[in-house]
Amino acid sequence: MSAVIPVRVRRPLLSRVFTSSHRDLAILWLLLALAAVILGTLLSLAMRIHRVWPMLPFPFYGVPTPEQYLAGVTMHGTLMIFFVLTVVPQAAFPNLVLPAQIGASRMAFPRLNAAAFWIGFASFLALIAAFFVPQGAPIGGWTAYPPFSEIAAAGPGQGAGMDLWLVSILLFCAASLAAAFNFLVTILARRAQGMTLGRMPLTVWSWLVSSALTVIAFSALLAAAFMLLADRHFGTGFFLPAGEVVNGIRQRDPAAPGSPMLWLHLFWFFGHPEVYISILPGMGLASSLIANFTRRPVPGYRFMVTATTLIGFLGLGVWGHHIFVSGMNPYAGTAFGLTTIAIAVPSSAEVLTWLAMLFRGRIRLTTPMLFTLGFISFFIAGGLTGPVLAQPALDAYLHNTFFVVAHFHLVMAMAGVFSVFAGIYYWYPLLTGRRMNEVLGNLHFWISLIAAYGTFFPMHFAGLAGEPRHYAQLSGPVESFASLIPVEKGITFSALLLAAAQLIFLFNVFRSARHGIAAGENPWRATTLEWSPNAHPIIESGPYVYGPGVASQDDFRPQWAFAENRNGSPGECSPPLKQE
Amino acid sequence: MPATFTRHTVETERKDTGYGGKPPLDRRPTGGGGGDDNWDSRPHGRRGPREMLIRFRLTTLSILTADFVLFAVLITFFYVRPTAGHVSASENFISDWHPLSVPPILWLNTAVLLLSAVTAEIARRQLFHEIDVMEEWLGLGRPAVRRAAPWLAATIALGGLFLAGQWTAWHQLASEGLRASSNPNCYFFYLVTITHGVHLLLGLLALVFAMGAMFGFKRVELRQVAVDCSAWYWHAMGLFWGFIFTLLVVAQR
Repeated sequence: MSAVIPVRVRRPLLSRVFTSSHRDLAILWLLLALAAVILGTLLSLAMRIHRVWPMLPFPFYGVPTPEQYLAGVTMHGTLMIFFVLTVVPQAAFPNLVLPAQIGASRMAFPRLNAAAFWIGFASFLALIAAFFVPQGAPIGGWTAYPPFSEIAAAGPGQGAGMDLWLVSILLFCAASLAAAFNFLVTILARRAQGMTLGRMPLTVWSWLVSSALTVIAFSALLAAAFMLLADRHFGTGFFLPAGEVVNGIRQRDPAAPGSPMLWLHLFWFFGHPEVYISILPGMGLASSLIANFTRRPVPGYRFMVTATTLIGFLGLGVWGHHIFVSGMNPYAGTAFGLTTIAIAVPSSAEVLTWLAMLFRGRIRLTTPMLFTLGFISFFIAGGLTGPVLAQPALDAYLHNTFFVVAHFHLVMAMAGVFSVFAGIYYWYPLLTGRRMNEVLGNLHFWISLIAAYGTFFPMHFAGLAGEPRHYAQLSGPVESFASLIPVEKGITFSALLLAAAQLIFLFNVFRSARHGIAAGENPWRATTLEWSPNAHPIIESGPYVYGPGVASQDDFRPQWAFAENRNGSPGECSPPLKQE
Repeated sequence: MPATFTRHTVETERKDTGYGGKPPLDRRPTGGGGGDDNWDSRPHGRRGPREMLIRFRLTTLSILTADFVLFAVLITFFYVRPTAGHVSASENFISDWHPLSVPPILWLNTAVLLLSAVTAEIARRQLFHEIDVMEEWLGLGRPAVRRAAPWLAATIALGGLFLAGQWTAWHQLASEGLRASSNPNCYFFYLVTITHGVHLLLGLLALVFAMGAMFGFKRVELRQVAVDCSAWYWHAMGLFWGFIFTLLVVAQR
């Protein structure tokens, strides 16, 4: 299969939906993520508006209750973390380019790969169904801490809604595991001739590490979620403490109390590697794109591979920093604080490498590069508060404040989303044969950048002032947070602007599919194999051979260059790119 | 796959013994046929008879890694929970973790599972017995399948026996009044044994599939893959059971 898909091949819709072709599955995953991100964004906007105008009724809905606000928090978190920040970097993007980047014509297990999508889709439906059952969606947050998540009477949505949430999570674990098995084996066993491990693009290395993390983390969540389900329905009491009283009614006492702390540990043993599952592919992409748009090789390729692997490895040992104030042994807190600070070392190493590549580089500010710079900016801005929150003593104050919200929305959400945008702008020609509009792309980037900082940066100050998370409203009989209302309003306006800017992106995506300028075969003059016109390349060089003088006629040598030389003329066996 | 890819020029090695000596030797790792006999550098599907096997073994390995974590997570409860307890009204620390003496039939089950691992391994090895495989590959008959089938059938029977034994054990415990919801140790016992039982049931289905595959599949490699992967899965489940059983017997507090 050629890397550049002919544009106007009409295939029946059904054969594109029920397919085992990885490119088609990438589009399906992207559409699923699009549905999730639209819903998640609308929920977040509703929450922002409710926080600053608590009495404002929503059209066709009315004024949300505090419980409905919490349901919004839960569903926003679940949708964004699982169906956007996991699905795009760890399912859609690898389906889009992973086989091509290692010179394989297809995945190792195409049907397993397709099954992963459909299980993921079922998981999405189960989650959405939670909105429509009696009492609505669960209100326990995306972390589902017991005993709140154990007892149906604990609040609206903790009955059928919580069950559906658990089913959705179990299915999502199965989907992620299936996808990860396939990616691991594809990377390890289906590389083309000459594609040694040391010649894989850093994106592929990231997917290798994040797939390994997926295998470990998601099976832990699978087991924990199953134990919670057993508690709810099979009468066990793994996580259920004794003597729970809700509204004066004593709840089901297990024969002996369980340990809610165990859930916290198990959940975050999944939850923290999950952060790296969603950000490592973005880091690999950043390395590739900076190399491309500065026309420089990645310095210390092996070093970057080591840093990526080290981040993955250390990421398995830091989960405790999410639960410093939960009653965990303080000595354990110190240990987790240390491992957390240790993980800043390889992360900083990667950031410094990027900065070194940018330093005095002749940067071509295309839209994908802009979004990569945005990614780095957010990664640094959000990352710097990481070592702050890693101190158990500081965390005792900052925990559950908006400082934490600011931290993870910058370092995970915004950095993650900006790298997703970078990937979409960069790989768009693979799907359509056209480039996205640069003017609209620039507009989208600058508005998003400013609005994202406007939304999440002031949250640091609100958090330092003590503003708590998860409160449906700040005004009321107690005026403690009244002074924060102006900041909150600014954040809400900024969030609305941020969401509106994404309309530019959607418009650009759909318009450029028909009216974008034709991309040609290798629009970014990239070296990695997804742009190769050859079906069976033979690889003789590393992934980032850029710079003056590396090739006789150009400033880069693609990984498929050797095959071209051998075949005579470059791109001999490539089908003509159809253009209008 | 070699760590680095270098095109070999044909190097000859001549021991200068002065007279006669060895013929020129091709230094490449595979035979001196002159062609590029390095399977790793060929296109997919042409990397030798073990290419598919390696791919499926890798998959089995990653699935088993996930399973390992899954069981490890379940087992954390066994270590975390006994340390918990509550303080009574008279300020005494009450531990409510009751040791569970496992039903004796589990010893028998363990022996059966151990035996089934042996039979599974014998069946697996038959499929790789070189002379037989060569015969099958040439289409002269199916000696490997013929020899493996009884051992595989024995594995399936022993596996079924193990599951029946587990079923009996659950019934025995239940008749003593120890159900899944009785006490924390019971939560753990039922959870971990049932999860393992479900895994073993899947393994049993895989073995049945492998049995069918041995007679149904035309390609020798596919027959090998089916038997090999289900056997390794079976071994892993045996290993997991060994650990769980040791835990249940030795580490009861």
